[in-house]
Amino acid sequence: MGLEEKIPDSIILTSLDKMVNWARKRSMWPLGFGLACCAIEMISTFAAHFDLARYGMEVMRASPRQADLMIVAGRVSMKMVPVIKTLYEQMPNPKWVISMGACASCGGVFNNYAILQGVDRIIPVDIYVPGCPPRPEQLMDGILKLQEIVEKDSLKKVHEEWGRKVV
Amino acid sequence: MRTELSKFLKSKFAGQLTEQELFRDQQSFVVKPDAIVSVCEALLNDENLEVKFLADITCVDWLGHEQEKQGRFEVVYNLYSYKHSYRFFLKVRLDGENLSVGTLTGLWKGANWLEREVFDLFGIKFEGHPNLTKIVTPDELEGHPLRKDFPLTWEQPVFSWNKDDPPEVRNER
Amino acid sequence: MSAEKKTITLNMGPQHPSTHGVLRVKLELDGERVVTAEPIIGYLHTGIEKTMESMLYYKVIPATDRIDYLAPMSNNLGYCLAVEKLMDIEVPEKVKWARVCLVELTRVASHLVWLGTHSIDLGAMSMLMYAFRERELIIDLYEACGGQRMMTSYIRIGGLASDLPADFEKKVRNIIKTIREKMKDYDKLLTENPIFIMRTKGVAVISAEEAINYSLSGPMLRGSGVDYDVRKANPYSGYENFDFDVPLGKNGDAYDRYLIRMEEMRQSLNIAEQAIDGMPEGPYRAHVPGVVLPPKEDVLYKMESMIFHFKIITDGFDAPVGSVYQAIESPKGELGFYITGDGTNIPRRVRVRPPSFVNLGSLPVLTEGKLLADVVCAIGSIDIVLGEVDR
Ligand code: SF4
Repeated sequence: MGLEEKIPDSIILTSLDKMVNWARKRSMWPLGFGLACCAIEMISTFAAHFDLARYGMEVMRASPRQADLMIVAGRVSMKMVPVIKTLYEQMPNPKWVISMGACASCGGVFNNYAILQGVDRIIPVDIYVPGCPPRPEQLMDGILKLQEIVEKDSLKKVHEEWGRKVV
Repeated sequence: MRTELSKFLKSKFAGQLTEQELFRDQQSFVVKPDAIVSVCEALLNDENLEVKFLADITCVDWLGHEQEKQGRFEVVYNLYSYKHSYRFFLKVRLDGENLSVGTLTGLWKGANWLEREVFDLFGIKFEGHPNLTKIVTPDELEGHPLRKDFPLTWEQPVFSWNKDDPPEVRNER
Repeated sequence: MSAEKKTITLNMGPQHPSTHGVLRVKLELDGERVVTAEPIIGYLHTGIEKTMESMLYYKVIPATDRIDYLAPMSNNLGYCLAVEKLMDIEVPEKVKWARVCLVELTRVASHLVWLGTHSIDLGAMSMLMYAFRERELIIDLYEACGGQRMMTSYIRIGGLASDLPADFEKKVRNIIKTIREKMKDYDKLLTENPIFIMRTKGVAVISAEEAINYSLSGPMLRGSGVDYDVRKANPYSGYENFDFDVPLGKNGDAYDRYLIRMEEMRQSLNIAEQAIDGMPEGPYRAHVPGVVLPPKEDVLYKMESMIFHFKIITDGFDAPVGSVYQAIESPKGELGFYITGDGTNIPRRVRVRPPSFVNLGSLPVLTEGKLLADVVCAIGSIDIVLGEVDR
């Protein structure tokens, strides 16, 4: 938010934390990009039947500059690695990452020369959603778990964690 | 169609046609590498046969198999005639250092990408191709992944997370 | 940009909402006009062919699901037919009919996704919601059959993974009825929509000669008026028993391809209905000991079946030396599997002839000299699936 850098260490935030977290949790905007098969399930989640709009998340952003959440939906090929890293770095703080599907989490069935064995090698991941592809309910569950994490965050704690090293 | 086709090829390209195979009702002809372009051109322009559709170009690596004696790589051209609803294959066997064969881009524009893919994955060169560059693999990848001597699970370390900061350097600190 | 250079280079993708995945297009623009559009692919290169060449024939099937993930059943069918040809297996009648029914519904599902994404590219946002709502019905059927929503692996070598579910007929009839009903809505929303017509008519035109020269297949080829459908030209899996039309276009533009796909959906529903009407009784797997897995019920009660099951699962079967090619008409075009056996239980070569890869090769000619906004329409009307383009 740009505000937390200016808060001195001696100040403890409680109500403000609550409010900001509530707002962040309820209006998380995912980055609208899909990689492979999992992306189709992601679209299903956003579409009529499963309707993710119920959780305030239906606004897919085409530009990483406007997104808070990156859903890595699908296998990450070696050629795509630099692109994903760039996209992640272009997203403004605070940002979260969901690794959706077996491929993004660990390479899945493709243990070969072309696929990165887990997207957590290049960007930090908050939630792993297993499955090949995960059912929309599973993705929703992952998103709700992420919201729990967001809810517990403190403005100041998040600030400290932003400096986490990308491994 | 089969008899017509083999008659046609035998009469016109007797010297270049080395073998005929029939497996599960599928006819394939093995031709010499330098003849493939002229054979295809003749087939495409023949009014009777009208082989107009180049469905696919691919390659088989016979490394470590008996067949390797006849040539390690087998480039397979998959041709189809709309008029006769008939599909057949032309094969070219390549071996040794000089893995190159003429390009079909002059006859079919669709051959462009197909040949690039074979080049990328097998390292077969198509002489005269307008833009013979990598198509699917990343530029950093060395080698040709679909060759049998390319390991399946080998990760090229170009994108490893500690590329800029390799472990040795860190230990010194 | 140098002073003499009049054009600018623009990169579209690999992360772009209307490239249907991770396609990258390098555009040379002169103002709003496209000078060249060069697709750059490989951002989803998965090494599927290499992976397939390291597995037993049976274990390849799940990998085929992931090639064209919008039409998993078509891939299963293509691969299984090719292996059946290689091993010279004849499957029971019931299997053929069930396969046709499922594959045609797959075509509908795939075209529905295309319809949704293509129209969202052109600005019709609500279409996606409708299309995915109807697709969900077909996905439910997959789940009932194979236990998975998308990656079913339901069609196996020599038959099906299990018998058709008990309420299969009811489900299929419901799907056919509902989608037929809803297609009328789609027509109202798009077919006569002036904005849609203006965006697609006369856009991304390719002539018949050029289409053949570019080796196109499927709706891309038929949109230009070339009558080539693998189902009619070289029937497989009993398609000769079904009565259906192959729609053809005249102008070879995006609108014609749209009409063709819509008509194909109707025809597919008809075929599925014929299949469900005439579904014969019988076993759901061929009886070929040592090659085709015995039915699960037998494995539990019969000694020999159990031994064969164990042997096939652990060792697979040895294929003869030779190559076969089996083409099927997938929703995108001619999908072919070229399988080379080398006398062992692992295929020497599994080549997928990817229709969207070949079709995408025609993008430069579709967009040359056109407006930038038409590029999006051209990509949409090719109907690509990046999983299949890059493999
Ligand atoms: S996890 Fe499965 S469904 Fe998801 S991208 Fe990988 S192969 Fe496709």
